[in-house]
Amino acid sequence: MSDVSQPVAHPPVTDWVNDFDHTDPQWTDDPFPIWDELRAASPVVHTERFLGCYMPTTYEAVREIANDTEHFSSRRIIVRDVRPEVARNAAPPITSDPPVHKPAKQLLLPPFTPDAMKKLEPRMRAICNELIDGFIADGKVDAAARYSKYIPVQAIAHMLGIPESDSDLFINWIHMILELGIKDENMLLQAVHEMSDYFRTHIEERKTKPTDDLISYLMNAKDKEGNPLEDSHVLGSLRLLLIAGIDTTWSAIGSSLWHLARTPADRERLIAEPGLIPVAVEELLRAYSPVTMAREVVKETTISGCPVKAGNMVLLSFPAANRDPKMFPEADKVVIDRRENRHAAFGLGIHRCVGSNLARMEMQVALEEWLKRIPDFRLDPAGTVTWSQGTVRGPRQLPFLLGKAM
Amino acid sequence: MAERLKVHVDPDKCQGHARCKALAPELFELDEYGNAREAGDGTVPPGLEDKAWLAKSNCPEIAIDVIEE
Repeated sequence: MSDVSQPVAHPPVTDWVNDFDHTDPQWTDDPFPIWDELRAASPVVHTERFLGCYMPTTYEAVREIANDTEHFSSRRIIVRDVRPEVARNAAPPITSDPPVHKPAKQLLLPPFTPDAMKKLEPRMRAICNELIDGFIADGKVDAAARYSKYIPVQAIAHMLGIPESDSDLFINWIHMILELGIKDENMLLQAVHEMSDYFRTHIEERKTKPTDDLISYLMNAKDKEGNPLEDSHVLGSLRLLLIAGIDTTWSAIGSSLWHLARTPADRERLIAEPGLIPVAVEELLRAYSPVTMAREVVKETTISGCPVKAGNMVLLSFPAANRDPKMFPEADKVVIDRRENRHAAFGLGIHRCVGSNLARMEMQVALEEWLKRIPDFRLDPAGTVTWSQGTVRGPRQLPFLLGKAM
Repeated sequence: MAERLKVHVDPDKCQGHARCKALAPELFELDEYGNAREAGDGTVPPGLEDKAWLAKSNCPEIAIDVIEE
């Protein structure tokens, strides 16, 4: 394939408004002032990088694009250096446009309703406590590596019916696809192949021994005409659930703990009023939304008065939308009891995250169980917090000291 | 005399964020896909008016109407 290219280092950004780059170390480290600068310049900015890419900077422009499937396609959902051929059934429904999208989405929705998530909650609480048991006596922990990472991995493994002990394998594939894959096509292809082989084995096993899990559910699902799904569709959706279900919530839980480690007043309030935790989860989702999506412009149009041309990608930054002060008073501040919160952390429009109810349940349980057992914690001054690059933002190293400061 | 409120979910706008069900479980129902509709005919029982407005102001898709009768 001629599209396979070697990774190329990006030059540092000196002009954010005309040359933005969401893989730049400055963006990775602290994107918020950059988004403010871009928003002040225009509701839609453009970069020549990534073979041409727009970014809507306001909540309204993000909403317009998310709701416009005529001009903006989801066939490519990661802004990358290359634009290889689009695979059929890449990862439906997230990579699907109307009219293919709706039936593919409806297939995945019933296992992820709030009621379905309630059944999973006891297992989630047990997972959180098993993880805490593993480090609480040490007095310190990397909360990203030992806690926030394993909660969503074990949850989605549990739902899919694959061994929770394969967690590190999944985490490595996701790193290869969502981070290294932006600049290294080979890495992405290798991860997708390994992942497909892994799931093929599990599908084969279930052909003779059906199980009560999401893999069997998808294998038994029927399309509109009553036919079973093609194997490639089942595989694509399984890849999606694994990729989308893990480092997104890993990031959201990690960012939440990072905020609480640095904000004793919010921590004390949530311990005193645990009933406020679901409200706090929404605000933490707004302020530290992990997921940035993408679209491809397929037809020329105008967004918030700005012309956008076909052939460009769009960096659809829900995190930047959620920091728009026109939409959210004190947008740059975590208001832990914010009552009105139309945040777009799970997207807007037809591609609303299938796993939003799962993510919310995981975040709530992860914070509740942590605060019950570890009411006092802070950043370890001897360690460094690092953040993931690119499509999903969250802490990847989160060194904490546990217990009251001496 | 206090006005009577009714809630209504626009099914074409609802994308199943389920915020209304979390904030005002008495006023909304979810279908098998997790998409919302108003409970019954949408009449808001006395005392739940705040919850109706809260559900409306937290719907990311602006799919909820609160009608004052």
